[in-house]
Amino acid sequence: MAQTETLLNKLAKYRQEAPVLAPGHTYGSITDKVSAIVLTRKTPKGWILGFTITFAGVMMLFAALAYLFVKGVGIWGINNPVGWGFAIINLVWWIGIGHAGTLISAILLLFRQTWRTSINRFAEAMTLFAVACAGIFPLIHVGRPWLAYWLLPYPNTMALWPQTRSPLAWDVFAISTYASVSALFWYIGLLPDLATLRDRTKNRWVRLIYGVLAMGWRGSAVHWSRYETTYLLLAGLATPLVLSVHTVISFDFAMSIIPGWHATIFPPYFVAGAIYAGFAMVLILAIPLRAIYGLEDFITTVHLRNMAKIMLATGLIVCYGYAVEAFMAWYSANEYEWYMMWNRWTGPYAPAYWALLFCNLVVPQLLWIEKVQSSPLWLFVIAIVVSVGMWLERFVIVVTSLHRDFLPSAWGMYYPTPWDWATYLGTIGLFFALIFLFVRVLPAISIFEMRTLVPVEEHK
Amino acid sequence: MNTGTQSTNNSALYGLLAEFETPGALLEAARRTHAEGYRKIDAYSPFPIEGLAEAIHVHRNRLPRIVLLGGLVGCFVGFFFQYYAAVIDYPLNVGGRPFNSWPSFIPITFETTILFAAFTAVLAMFALNGLPQPYHPVFNVERFEHASRDRFFLCIEAGDPKFDALATRAFLESLQPEAVHEVEP
Repeated sequence: MAQTETLLNKLAKYRQEAPVLAPGHTYGSITDKVSAIVLTRKTPKGWILGFTITFAGVMMLFAALAYLFVKGVGIWGINNPVGWGFAIINLVWWIGIGHAGTLISAILLLFRQTWRTSINRFAEAMTLFAVACAGIFPLIHVGRPWLAYWLLPYPNTMALWPQTRSPLAWDVFAISTYASVSALFWYIGLLPDLATLRDRTKNRWVRLIYGVLAMGWRGSAVHWSRYETTYLLLAGLATPLVLSVHTVISFDFAMSIIPGWHATIFPPYFVAGAIYAGFAMVLILAIPLRAIYGLEDFITTVHLRNMAKIMLATGLIVCYGYAVEAFMAWYSANEYEWYMMWNRWTGPYAPAYWALLFCNLVVPQLLWIEKVQSSPLWLFVIAIVVSVGMWLERFVIVVTSLHRDFLPSAWGMYYPTPWDWATYLGTIGLFFALIFLFVRVLPAISIFEMRTLVPVEEHK
Repeated sequence: MNTGTQSTNNSALYGLLAEFETPGALLEAARRTHAEGYRKIDAYSPFPIEGLAEAIHVHRNRLPRIVLLGGLVGCFVGFFFQYYAAVIDYPLNVGGRPFNSWPSFIPITFETTILFAAFTAVLAMFALNGLPQPYHPVFNVERFEHASRDRFFLCIEAGDPKFDALATRAFLESLQPEAVHEVEP
């Protein structure tokens, strides 16, 4: 009895120490604080610096793409055994990063997790921009990107249809659906906040722009009721969609017969990896954002701890995936499978494999420590390590399986060229440039949902 | 009947707008207004308030059924496009497998189901709500900009059969709002 009491006390104390919204806020103060970032506050110097650097990255991406369109995919390091290089590695990496955004908005909404409220808006923006970066790669890797629309089903003069029995055609549908639904979800979430910005601004032109985007939203009770239904339905639709998208991406590998790819663990293992990488990216974005704009009241220690716990859990699922891959390679007694595994451990790309285990398995174990869970600096560093680790994971999966296939006469090595790196780093520049623009012109935190977190007592 | 006290008469008025400070006060006021017999009323708030729509308006929410319909259409379209392409228009023998190899059509069918349902949900929400709506009388009230910040409003429209500029104003004041505003049409 006494024990339960102390436990309850502890819980109450924990809640008091770390609420989802810092005490003392009213509807008005939340509205003003978040809308001021967009409307009245001076653009911070860090923003200008960051945007300049990332915009240079965008320019690098354009240069790399222009040269690619002139010369063809021969400028990349892909060759005969390894026909899939950076393009597919980066596609899978980026699309995985997008997943945490939808997870936060949709699944946590369905589970009525109020802590999602302060982070869902920019997590959704992160999803959109990550999917945009991901989408570039399958388009450009086809070699003749101006013909990429052939992947879409339309009655063409050649009387040809895309082959819908192929996982690559599934990809087209999965990614384009995911991008469209994420955009809808994001815009619907923004609608009431666009109305808030319209009503707050003093500038006529700015009011016109936000006014058009807000579509005349006025917060009518009947509108709100339909709005909430729509939002919940979209969440319910987006939840299986997220899981299906990364499942389909894993089918790109698993439907083949290549050792190291042809595995039933792939769909769940890829989905967990996506959430893992995604939450790492949310932390990478959230930690500087709250520091620069002073949003510690809204993105509190509770958020950091919860995200740390999700990263820990999904990280362990991913590591289970690594273990199953190794176990199945041995247990299947298939010599190609076992050779693939042995080659990962001791072959020319072994350093990448061991580095990935260090990044994804060893370092994240620090998240068990409570102090680390609530330390922004530690979390930031771990999140970057995990992002690198997840990229290495995709590199190892793609390259080690391809470069040693069934016949030793067909073996070869894969080395990315500077153009590979320029394209990859260029998309990172594009992603962060879009994020910078987003926090400047749109409310990075959902204002209307934050209002619902104001304790009722404050207003009785 | 309305002899235009304080330049007010029904024809020059969209309605009366009462301003409240808390969601609880608005909810209570909405219930009492509905109980009083007013039917052309609407409430405005900076965030959704549970039960508010039900308090002022007996309305059935048709959205879920519309969305289900959209999803079914998407499912049908997705599957039969693939069936048409692989069985009717361009049958291709892949290792002797059946043309209608439906298990491999499932992923795309699933994606189009979600895509159609999501677009149906959003478009239907806009259509039922009558958005986009560039002009609405309530925006004529200067204080109304607080409806997207921290205030809660209840509007009794002049089109209501029970509406009477003086009596309705008196009724609204009995609900103890912060203020009652006239809404120009």
